[in-house]
Amino acid sequence: MGVSERDPHSGHQTTGHEWNGIKELNTPVPWPVWFFLIATGLFAVVYWVLMPAWPLGRTYTQGLLGTDQRAIVTRQVTRANEDRASGTSRIAALDVKQIRADPTLMKAVRDDGHRLFGDNCAACHGSDAGGNKGFPNLIDGDWLWGGSPNQIAETIAVGINSPAATNSRASQMLAFGRDGILDNDAVIAVTDYVRSLTDPGVARGAGAKSVAAGRAVFAANCVACHGPDARGNQSLGAPDLADRTWLYGGDAQSVYTSIHDGRRGEMPAWGERLSAVDRKLLLVWLLDKGSAP
Amino acid sequence: MVSALTTSERTGALAILFALLGAGVVMAASTATRSDPMGFHGYLVMLYALGVMVALLRGYFDAEPPSSRLEHYYDDPTKAGIILAMGWAVVGMFVGDWVAWLLAYPDLTFNSAWASFGRLRPVHTTGVIFGFGGNALIATSFHVMQRTSRARLPDQLSPWFVLLGYNLFCLIAVSGYLLGITQSKEYAEPEWYADVWLVVVWVTYLVLYLRTLARRKEPHIYVANWYYLAFILVVAILHIVNNLAVPASFAGAKSYSLFSGVQDAMTQWWYGHNAVAFFLTAGFLGMLYYFLPKRAERPIYSYRMSIVGFWGITFFYMWAGSHHLHYTALPQWVQTLGMTFSLMLLIPSWIAAANALLTLNGAWDRVRSDATLRFMMMAAVFYGLSTFEGSFMAIRSVNSLSHYTDWTIGHVHAGALGWVALITFGSIYALVPWLWKRDAMHSPALVEWHFWLAMAGTLIYVFSMWNSGIIQGLMWRTYNDGGTLSYSFLDTVEAMHPYYIARAIGGLLFLIGAVIACWNIWKTIVTPSPGAVSVADGQPLPSLLPAE
Repeated sequence: MGVSERDPHSGHQTTGHEWNGIKELNTPVPWPVWFFLIATGLFAVVYWVLMPAWPLGRTYTQGLLGTDQRAIVTRQVTRANEDRASGTSRIAALDVKQIRADPTLMKAVRDDGHRLFGDNCAACHGSDAGGNKGFPNLIDGDWLWGGSPNQIAETIAVGINSPAATNSRASQMLAFGRDGILDNDAVIAVTDYVRSLTDPGVARGAGAKSVAAGRAVFAANCVACHGPDARGNQSLGAPDLADRTWLYGGDAQSVYTSIHDGRRGEMPAWGERLSAVDRKLLLVWLLDKGSAP
Repeated sequence: MVSALTTSERTGALAILFALLGAGVVMAASTATRSDPMGFHGYLVMLYALGVMVALLRGYFDAEPPSSRLEHYYDDPTKAGIILAMGWAVVGMFVGDWVAWLLAYPDLTFNSAWASFGRLRPVHTTGVIFGFGGNALIATSFHVMQRTSRARLPDQLSPWFVLLGYNLFCLIAVSGYLLGITQSKEYAEPEWYADVWLVVVWVTYLVLYLRTLARRKEPHIYVANWYYLAFILVVAILHIVNNLAVPASFAGAKSYSLFSGVQDAMTQWWYGHNAVAFFLTAGFLGMLYYFLPKRAERPIYSYRMSIVGFWGITFFYMWAGSHHLHYTALPQWVQTLGMTFSLMLLIPSWIAAANALLTLNGAWDRVRSDATLRFMMMAAVFYGLSTFEGSFMAIRSVNSLSHYTDWTIGHVHAGALGWVALITFGSIYALVPWLWKRDAMHSPALVEWHFWLAMAGTLIYVFSMWNSGIIQGLMWRTYNDGGTLSYSFLDTVEAMHPYYIARAIGGLLFLIGAVIACWNIWKTIVTPSPGAVSVADGQPLPSLLPAE
């Protein structure tokens, strides 16, 4: 057991303990320590008196201020909805053309639409609405189910092949090869024919025979949906095969896969998830951003 | 190392290893007929038991160690623990930087489930907290408790059981994450069988610590031991309570927590925050309280501050966990208690940091010239900074901005990199030459390099996450004139992208520092000292010296 000694540097006494060469000074606790310990303690006591704080069996001390975070949130949500309603009531009342003619309303559409699209649609259609493979470009003016405001609004509300909505738009490209409707040669031939509609090079030279065969297969199997001229049918969601827009790719392999395995794209029905005003905002935002009239 | 064990200790070790091997066989066999990831862990346990058995048997028939061993401290487990800690540091930090890049470039998963963020991230956290931090704590605690108690470890088997058993737990944990095993509790992800194993290991650790203290020749228990003991005791309690769960089957990995809903969340964050308190704070304060005064050759500034700091930290921390659940379904009164106790906690935390920095009075010239001591000094500074930040973020209105943002990540890393890792590196740089009887580290210049790399890495990391987090929090709460949110979630992700790259670069610098440390430590171990041996910490047991 050591004896306490004086540290020459600080002038303080040691405690007299020593552990493998480590000593400690008996320096008093500096006054700011006590001051701040008491200050934070007092703050805590005051806070406990004012706010809900200590449990009492099945209840708790409510606090003098009577604050309740649930009541506060409910109030804030109600007020936010009221604030918003004043801004959106005109959008709800006017038709699309009138909204697009009003610069003040269009500012609101651009602000809100950007956020709504980003949070709900961009995951599939891309943050610029330019689409991805299997997910259509929404600003190129080319529409599967029709590009009039009413048609777009309907698509947003009920979705496509959406299991959640009974009135969903429904469409399916059959798996002609996989399900044995066509043999493999026929699938290859019709692939060539479809590609020749936009790429005349396919029909030249060695491909001419296959394209001719494919034309016959097409007439027998495909025209019911895609039409005799292959220009598609918007009431069925059947794409135009004679334009240069390809949802699943226009190269030989992609077109073959579409015919062989079929396609059944899905879009959620947003009628249940987004309010009517939000859907209208999205519609006007899309029309504004795209080239549609 | 085996030759230092007595014959009965060798037999005991062999018996334990056979039991472990049997447990591995049972785990593998019980899942043999169907696919369950626990089966993989059965094989891992078998392999581990066999590996240790081979090492044991190679020295099994060596001569009995001389009784003169009892005149020296038992340091073999400490040496092994330091090497294991550094190995885990590199693995854990490497995976950490990997997931940092993954967040900046989310496609880097090679289309593999194991490489997804959700599986790699716990490999990082477990690797650095439990692998690096835990091994460093176990190793230094063995060293410190013997020196400050002036007593040898009571036996030579239990420290090995603790160290190797603990590393088996870490291996089961990280390999399980890659296979998709998790009970979805942050920092408590491993499933029930790993948790049961850790209880056995940890209780052995606690008993070992108490047995050593009971043998002490010093009348007083040094501060470092208060902290190490608080760390061991409270982590045992936290681990057991938070992992109470019912296995869906004893022949499978899945279990269900005993708690549900908001009670589960509160239990988890009572655990989570006290893991920060008693694993990442109390244990490392034990380290600080021994290695800093030892290296600075200065007495602790104030014994009285040590007392106030210790009891303040241990008492206040226990209440603070609910600040992780502000503005949630947790009743507001619980949030109030979490916030107020977090605020009061600041003072004892700063007492501990101030006590460390004031201890350096009279040795500041050494801080300038000695990078090892500078590691410890900066650790105390970052400890003070991050505890201030923590108390600040626990205030409900501040938390409404910071919660769920990268600010939290920045805060955690100010503590984890700036405080925990720096004090550990400093302590290891001090300890390695003492244990291996070298004059100094192989390359003091590389210690300098490591210090500045670690410092740059930490600052880049923390500043980028502060920026990212505050931008993120502000974007989440910005409304436009029409009364709706201005930004989509995607907009916030795009805004964070440059900071994610900066963060990954900061992490890379920190990782490079750790790799340099490994090389430097290795060279120190394998290169014999040319001249006289420094015995600063390696004297024979003073108990055998004439009475004072």
